[in-house]
Amino acid sequence: MTVLKATNIIKYFHEPESFKVLDNVDFEVAQGEFLSIVGKSGCGKSTLLYILSTMDTDYDGELSIKGEKLTGSKQNQLARFRNKHLGFVFQFHFLLPEFTVLQNVMLPALKLKEYSNAEIESRAIEKLRMVEMDMHAKKTASKLSGGQQQRVAIARALINDPDVIMGDEPTGNLDKMNSQRVYEIFKQLTTINHQTIITVTHDPDFAKGSDRIIEMQDGRIVRA
Amino acid sequence: MNLRLAFHIAVTHLVTKKKQTVVAMMGVLFGISMFIIMISFMTGVNNFMEDMAMDGSPHVRIYNPLQVLDGSIIEKNSDDQNGWYVVHHQRPKNDLSKIRNALYLADEIEKMPGVKGVAPQVGTQVFFNNGPIQISGVISGIQVNKQKELFNLESKMDAGSLDDLLRSSDAIIIGKGLAKKTNVRVGDRVSVTTPAGNNLSLRIVGMFSYGLSSFDDAKSFASISTVQKLMMRDPSYITELHIKMEDYKEARALAKKLKKDLNVYAEDWETANSSLLAGDKIRNTMTGVISFTLLLVAGFGIYNIMNMNIINKMKDIAILKATGFQGNDIIAIFLLQSIIIGIIGGLSGVLAGYGGSTLLSITPFPEAEFFRLKTLPVNFNSMFYIMGLIFGVSTTLFAGYFPARRASKIDPVRIIRG
Repeated sequence: MTVLKATNIIKYFHEPESFKVLDNVDFEVAQGEFLSIVGKSGCGKSTLLYILSTMDTDYDGELSIKGEKLTGSKQNQLARFRNKHLGFVFQFHFLLPEFTVLQNVMLPALKLKEYSNAEIESRAIEKLRMVEMDMHAKKTASKLSGGQQQRVAIARALINDPDVIMGDEPTGNLDKMNSQRVYEIFKQLTTINHQTIITVTHDPDFAKGSDRIIEMQDGRIVRA
Repeated sequence: MNLRLAFHIAVTHLVTKKKQTVVAMMGVLFGISMFIIMISFMTGVNNFMEDMAMDGSPHVRIYNPLQVLDGSIIEKNSDDQNGWYVVHHQRPKNDLSKIRNALYLADEIEKMPGVKGVAPQVGTQVFFNNGPIQISGVISGIQVNKQKELFNLESKMDAGSLDDLLRSSDAIIIGKGLAKKTNVRVGDRVSVTTPAGNNLSLRIVGMFSYGLSSFDDAKSFASISTVQKLMMRDPSYITELHIKMEDYKEARALAKKLKKDLNVYAEDWETANSSLLAGDKIRNTMTGVISFTLLLVAGFGIYNIMNMNIINKMKDIAILKATGFQGNDIIAIFLLQSIIIGIIGGLSGVLAGYGGSTLLSITPFPEAEFFRLKTLPVNFNSMFYIMGLIFGVSTTLFAGYFPARRASKIDPVRIIRG
């Protein structure tokens, strides 16, 4: 079943001069797939990911996720969609430093308001347990190491049980051991939960372990 | 939009950045407390000045102004229009200053709504003889009880008591400045001469000071009968009716009504004290401008701090937006921070303003010769505190809104990609 469909995505950068970053990118992702997008720096893979993430709306072509056409939607609608259906893991962990680990994980769910606060808390702890961070739940986010923060970020991405989890070099800042751990968590999500994962990565080992690799060069898909 | 969540995030931000929060609150605190102290003090001074002038002066004064009749009787009653009869330089009649039926009139006016009381007076210009020198002044014959009740004269007494006027028929109390000029003390006798040439020797039983040199250097009081005796007039001779209102703001309306209904010359205090009121207006405008500036400065302080805050929180904002928070949520988070700062800063500003005003109100004022003032005058009016709070909170609301809106427009992709 197709969960994400990108049709003829074209994007220009206008600063400092007009430049075509993405040239007719066209692909589909099936549910439960573990997809890696690879390519050299500047090939447009991150740009593509942010278009897929619905945060970047300045492109030509069409994007639909779960059969819903997202191109042309209003910012608030997109925010609601991200909240419910998408999860993000970034290269730099981007937790809110003033909040505890638990609060960080709970925030997107508190925003979504599908469960009561007590349920959200128990769900958050469950997600933290999955990434083996439940013992640090009450710590302030800024007190954790990089690998720990990344695992918390994954728990946060999972809190609303999104259909698609996107990662922008989720292991880019981690050592071998932590990278392996993140990989295992992702693998588990696709096989057990049938969630879809799309990551941009430089890490050849990480890419090798995924179900499918899309290689990009100069804004085009050269190998799918 | 989820307000409780936004509130939770806002409070967490404020609590973790304690120093910055406290500085922002201090800005509001100073702005509002200074505003309150300023306006309390300024209106206190205004009220004091007004009271000083008002205590001594009636709200409405009925008297016969000296006026030269236009046209002579002979001209008016002549059929001859050719101007054969010419009267040059006509003089006013002798007893013009007497108010007809004054005591009856006083009773009638006293019954009118809004009138607190009417005090009849008989007054004339006099000379106080100090050896070979004559010092000009004014003597007013008063009904002691009425004057005490309505014009608060007893509180202006420096020596002696008003009641002493009732004890003998040759008693007089004089202004402090006048006493100095004539070099007399309580117990001394002073010789008083009217312009008509009548002379009487009166004994000084008291001294007063209003703090206004125009009063203290010229005025003196005696009982009505004493002054009537001095002027050689009968007991019905009354030259002025002084009316005190329940609410002084109605004075102008009453003066108009009296003029129309009773056909008397009535002057209200606003007309009599127009220069004082002009001063009031200028001071009030100044107070307004300064207070507004204070609040504006506090507002700019908050604006700056909130802007800094948002620059510091760019990454957080990007993350919140990436995980599904909408523009409204971001505005709510940062606007709530401003509101919390505004309310807490405002409330403490109100307290500090009250404290400052209290301190000011017990600050001793160096006692000058003519100022009846022991401490600085401060007006404690709850309106100022409510106003300060409303202004303070609304300023922070404005100051916080623009940075918050800016925050809501941040593009998360640019922040996350670096």
